[in-house]
Amino acid sequence: MSGLTIENISMRFDLPNGGSVQALKDVTLDIQPGELMSVLGPSGCGKTTLLNIAAGFLAPTEGRIAMNGHTVLGPDAERGMVFQQGALFEWMSVRENVAFGPRMKGENEAQYGENVDHLLDVVGLQDFKEKAIYELSGGMQQRVALARCLANDPDVILMDEPLGALDALTREKMQSLVLKLWKETGKTIILITHSVEEALLLGERLLVMAPRPGRIHKEYRLPFADLGVGQDLREVKKHPDYNKTREEILAMIWDMEEEIMGRTEENA
Amino acid sequence: MIILLIYIAIFVGAFFAVKYITASATPKDYTSLKTVTFGDESAVRPNRAASIISVTSIFLIWAAFTGSNLIPSFLHAPAAYTGMGEFTYTVDAGGQTDDATVTVNVHEKDADGTVPEMEPGDGFAKNDAVSIVKYRSKLLRVDQNDEQGRDAGAKIVAVNGQAIAPGGEVFTDFARVAMTPKGTLNIVPNTGWQMEPIWLPPPEDVAKRVGDIATDGFRNFTLWEHLGYSLFRVVVGFFFGALVGIPLGYAMGLSNWFRGWFDPIVEFMRPVPPLALIPLVIIWAGIGETGKIILLFLAALWIMAIAARSGVSGVNITKVHAAYSLGASKWQIMRHVIIPNSLPEIFTGARVAMGVCWGTVVAAELVAAEKGAGMMIMVASKFQNTDIVLMGIILIGVIGFSIDVLMRWAERILVPWKGKS
Repeated sequence: MSGLTIENISMRFDLPNGGSVQALKDVTLDIQPGELMSVLGPSGCGKTTLLNIAAGFLAPTEGRIAMNGHTVLGPDAERGMVFQQGALFEWMSVRENVAFGPRMKGENEAQYGENVDHLLDVVGLQDFKEKAIYELSGGMQQRVALARCLANDPDVILMDEPLGALDALTREKMQSLVLKLWKETGKTIILITHSVEEALLLGERLLVMAPRPGRIHKEYRLPFADLGVGQDLREVKKHPDYNKTREEILAMIWDMEEEIMGRTEENA
Repeated sequence: MIILLIYIAIFVGAFFAVKYITASATPKDYTSLKTVTFGDESAVRPNRAASIISVTSIFLIWAAFTGSNLIPSFLHAPAAYTGMGEFTYTVDAGGQTDDATVTVNVHEKDADGTVPEMEPGDGFAKNDAVSIVKYRSKLLRVDQNDEQGRDAGAKIVAVNGQAIAPGGEVFTDFARVAMTPKGTLNIVPNTGWQMEPIWLPPPEDVAKRVGDIATDGFRNFTLWEHLGYSLFRVVVGFFFGALVGIPLGYAMGLSNWFRGWFDPIVEFMRPVPPLALIPLVIIWAGIGETGKIILLFLAALWIMAIAARSGVSGVNITKVHAAYSLGASKWQIMRHVIIPNSLPEIFTGARVAMGVCWGTVVAAELVAAEKGAGMMIMVASKFQNTDIVLMGIILIGVIGFSIDVLMRWAERILVPWKGKS
């Protein structure tokens, strides 16, 4: 098990018109092994950029990311990623999708078969394993994505709004599933979301980011993720602190959004 | 014009007939319960009865207007006149008039064409006789045998009792009789509404030709050799085009250098119609197999390269990112993500390329070839063998259609996920 160290990351890129954008400024984070951290912020605060840097898809202009004692230079199987949608391979069956990581490592059916079937059981897709991806509903597809990521046994799982495209009911079920998987596997998870409720329910640690330049605005330590494991999430929402924190964060984000709007109007 | 009107009449008539017959029998499936159908493309399904009637009526019209013996004769359009016909003409020689009869034998081209024997009759105008081949006309100097002819100042003033003057004409029951400016009668038997076989042979003649050429061959090659050679050229040309074009397209989709190097070439060659390359290919490689295959290779190459390139650019970047995060190497990304993801595009390209190749090979054979479907119809047209031309066109159409059906079938089997992501 390993955490992720983000040291003084800045991201700045040039625009074709000669200007430049400061997407992230001086972000420092230390994510402990086994931690579930949710990241929240208004649009344009650089949360997806931060995740892409952590995954190794983008190189930061300054600072470094370290994991297992080495600097992250590119994507690697130690950091799994769950995308919002469209990342599954339509030309493979559900089971082949889940077995993709082990197969790329050169493992054969005998080596990965049991684990893949177990994961299909965990996400409740055992009956659908021979189906084609396009025959599944959106919620099922995201469960395949989760299982595929876990089958590869990464140390850190990066989630980029994995439940963003799902309807409210499916979303609640999936949130419970994420919590369950987190507790059972003990993986380090970074979850990006634009839903305050989701960030509160799933984040052991919650990061609110502010835009222009993208930076860490406030950090919370929350009890709800632990409370939610094995429990109805609606019960958790009745917790007195839950609503209080929710209102506080909502007000914070509203302020940021208004500030952005005001600034845009001044510029205009 | 008449044919078009008949066709429209069948179209409209069949619509109401089918609607009336099937009104009660339509199943109440989901689509049939839609109330908004105008503008909803998915609610438009081809009416199979219309398809059958459409194809049948084309053959029916073809048969009716060529006097085919495949259909009962009451369905035939009025045929050209054959048999004996006669009309009278009146000569005026200085105030004196006399009548005489002209007997006309309108006969089939290869049937008995004897000129009927006629009594000269009384009066100074004598009876005449002439034989005319069906669909043709003949000039007849009816006064030739008269006692007072044109040279003696006699004039023909009427045909069948109707006045006629130079440049005028009279319609009899079997022919149009016109007078030339010099006073000669031009007899044009009625041609009816049917087409002369030299323009449009009846269906059974075309079918018979297929049999004849299939057994006896045409110009030293059997029908199957002609069609087989055309197909062979298409398949080989397409194969090499795909063999070079697909890797080229992948390289252009994956490397800056390849993209920069080949972009101008591909973008320039793509809009050049392959037909425009025929003269150059003939100069370089002659009219044999090599030239044809080079031409079809060039026709398929750019299409396949562009299809493969857009297949690569069509890969959703999250799929590539996901594969890298799952530990795939570059080669594994190529093998398991980029190639399968680009297959639908490549199949679309292959269908287009096959269609273009088939069109190009026929055109190239029309220009110059020793064998092939295009050569067959070109040579036949020079000898006015319209039945062979029609047969060739129908077979070329059938093969082109079969190629497309085959490609679509292969696509369904090989890339079932097409259009479903």
